[in-house]
Amino acid sequence: MGAVVDLDAALFEGLCRLGDSTLVLGHRVSEWCGQAPVLEEDIALANVALDLIGQTQMWLGLAGEVEGRERTSDTLAYHRDVWDFRNLLLVERPNGDFGHTLMRQFLFDAWHQPMLAGLAQSRDTRVAEIAVKAGKEVAYHLERSADLVIRLGDGSGESHARMQAALDTLWPYTGEMMVPDATDAALAEAGIMPDLNGLRTTWDALVQDVLAEATLTIPESGFMHKGGKQGQHSEHLGHMLATMQFLPRAYPDATW
Amino acid sequence: MSAEWPLWEIFIRGQHGLNHRHVGSLHAPDAELAMRHARDVYTRRNEGVSIWVVPSAAISASSPSDKGPMFEPSQDKVYRHPSFFDIPDEIGHM
Amino acid sequence: MYAQMVKSEATQDDPEKLAAFQARIDAGEKIEPKEWMPEGYRKTLIRQIGQHAHSEIVGQLPEGNWITRAPSLERKAILLAKVQDEAGHGLYLYCAAETLGVSRDELTEALLAGKMKYSSIFNYPTLTWADIGAVGWLVDGAAIMNQVPLQRTSFGPYSRAMIRICKEESFHQRQGFDIMRKMATGTKAQRHMAQDALNRFWYPSLMMFGPSDADSVHSAQSIRWKIKMNTNDELRQKFVDQTVPQAEYLGLTVPDPDLRWNADKGGYDFSEPDWDEFFEVLKGNGPCNTERLAARQKAWDDGAWVRDGLMAHAAKQHSAPVAAE
Repeated sequence: MGAVVDLDAALFEGLCRLGDSTLVLGHRVSEWCGQAPVLEEDIALANVALDLIGQTQMWLGLAGEVEGRERTSDTLAYHRDVWDFRNLLLVERPNGDFGHTLMRQFLFDAWHQPMLAGLAQSRDTRVAEIAVKAGKEVAYHLERSADLVIRLGDGSGESHARMQAALDTLWPYTGEMMVPDATDAALAEAGIMPDLNGLRTTWDALVQDVLAEATLTIPESGFMHKGGKQGQHSEHLGHMLATMQFLPRAYPDATW
Repeated sequence: MSAEWPLWEIFIRGQHGLNHRHVGSLHAPDAELAMRHARDVYTRRNEGVSIWVVPSAAISASSPSDKGPMFEPSQDKVYRHPSFFDIPDEIGHM
Repeated sequence: MYAQMVKSEATQDDPEKLAAFQARIDAGEKIEPKEWMPEGYRKTLIRQIGQHAHSEIVGQLPEGNWITRAPSLERKAILLAKVQDEAGHGLYLYCAAETLGVSRDELTEALLAGKMKYSSIFNYPTLTWADIGAVGWLVDGAAIMNQVPLQRTSFGPYSRAMIRICKEESFHQRQGFDIMRKMATGTKAQRHMAQDALNRFWYPSLMMFGPSDADSVHSAQSIRWKIKMNTNDELRQKFVDQTVPQAEYLGLTVPDPDLRWNADKGGYDFSEPDWDEFFEVLKGNGPCNTERLAARQKAWDDGAWVRDGLMAHAAKQHSAPVAAE
């Protein structure tokens, strides 16, 4: 993409990146409902999903407001196709086993928490307000996911092997979180969103500490997938949207 | 392995200044996870400001068969209650 | 209701102790776990509370079927919060059963082995979004009929679990009715879905109360012990009397040509559900029995390494002292 001149367009884009990531991850986590390894975790997973859905309503709600074309959070969630989605590739990865779900959550939370801390300093008060509220929820998400990664990484032989496999699979999807494009740069320049380069230090330190304590090994390959933020997704997202958007698409004149 | 997670008793302080109250139990491998589970399970509706978790096995309970000797002796010590004493109306609040 | 056809266990205890026990119950006292209780009381309660807990857990599945397809972000959140509550209610009930000397894992294994039942209603499929409305409105409505009186049951932990459950559950039926109302006043397709959902869930909801137990020895014993508070027919009548006017309000037709107001008894006359179908469902031949148990089995098997892994980690750590605040 070329240089972004229109700040409102950049802001709309940035808000969709946030809201789509929480939407897609919230949806993925909600797929666990009734299937978790133990009742206590079933309830905990639902809490995380509920937080993320709530954050989606706020981010996409603001995106619609900024865009000024009378699109609501629901219109944005249910009436856009894959190429309009701006979520990170990491969050659209399928749930896999509990280890994959948990590792995906941790790698995202470790970015999400400092990202929200930066957003809480936004010059745009609407952004800052949402970030403050979401920040409290996500601080808990990170505490939970980091702790469980440590416990299962340094648990039984099988749990260690499964967590390592999850890390190996998901690692190449972590790169794009910290690589700014023109949109990110424009928003950082305007003091609306934090500089993604700055998040890398925090993320690296946190992830290295937790994975070391979990006795897990970070993959050596530096290869990273990218494109989610620009609307280039994996095949998985289309199937998720086909499920998620079915009712509003099949009955466009209905209200629910 | 397949050992079942131990049972924990959960106590929650509903508001600042109140006692912790037993609200139920849950399973967890250790105290830290019991605490987090308690937060997720028992405070979903904004019910608490503080949580205690206690291994169920650590609770010593009075035996039901001791109920008589244990509690009945206090029943006739009515003078421990303020209503035992007559205070003349003109004295007012005491 | 979630505990159907629970047979009470015969009891061969000392008649004097039994009489004293019954006197406590008649006086409205609560029985607590460590206190003496007839073996039959204990076993019946384990079966009943266990079945109730299993129903909450299996009951997550038909509604969970629509969480990923909920038509708006708000509906998705509400439904997820509701199904999460069911998990919580299952948890509270398992804990109540555990005070009677059975573990949650034992109960789970009995469910998976087909040795313990769950409510017949959860073996019916949720085919459209209106079914989620119908489940909340009718199924939770029927469950509440049973659960509200059970708050006064004689067994302390069961009673306390029911109080907590009833408090949390008060929004469940309303959210179901709210969905139905939207559907019943919506587009032609939505109205059709709403009527279709009522058609399919009406009789299975009536079955939730179980067959008539007016002459059942088991029910009489359970009622004396205050672990069952009303007969099945009483609750079913109450449910019909409450629900029919609601259906009328929605402009929906209860699928019973013989439904009539009976002024003499001050309630509706209505048709019995097909009890042969009910017994087939209990035997495992309902539309979704296989899928429901398979889903629970898969969650249990797939989760084993997580449960074991977390135990293994805890075993490696020194148990940190917990200081009171």
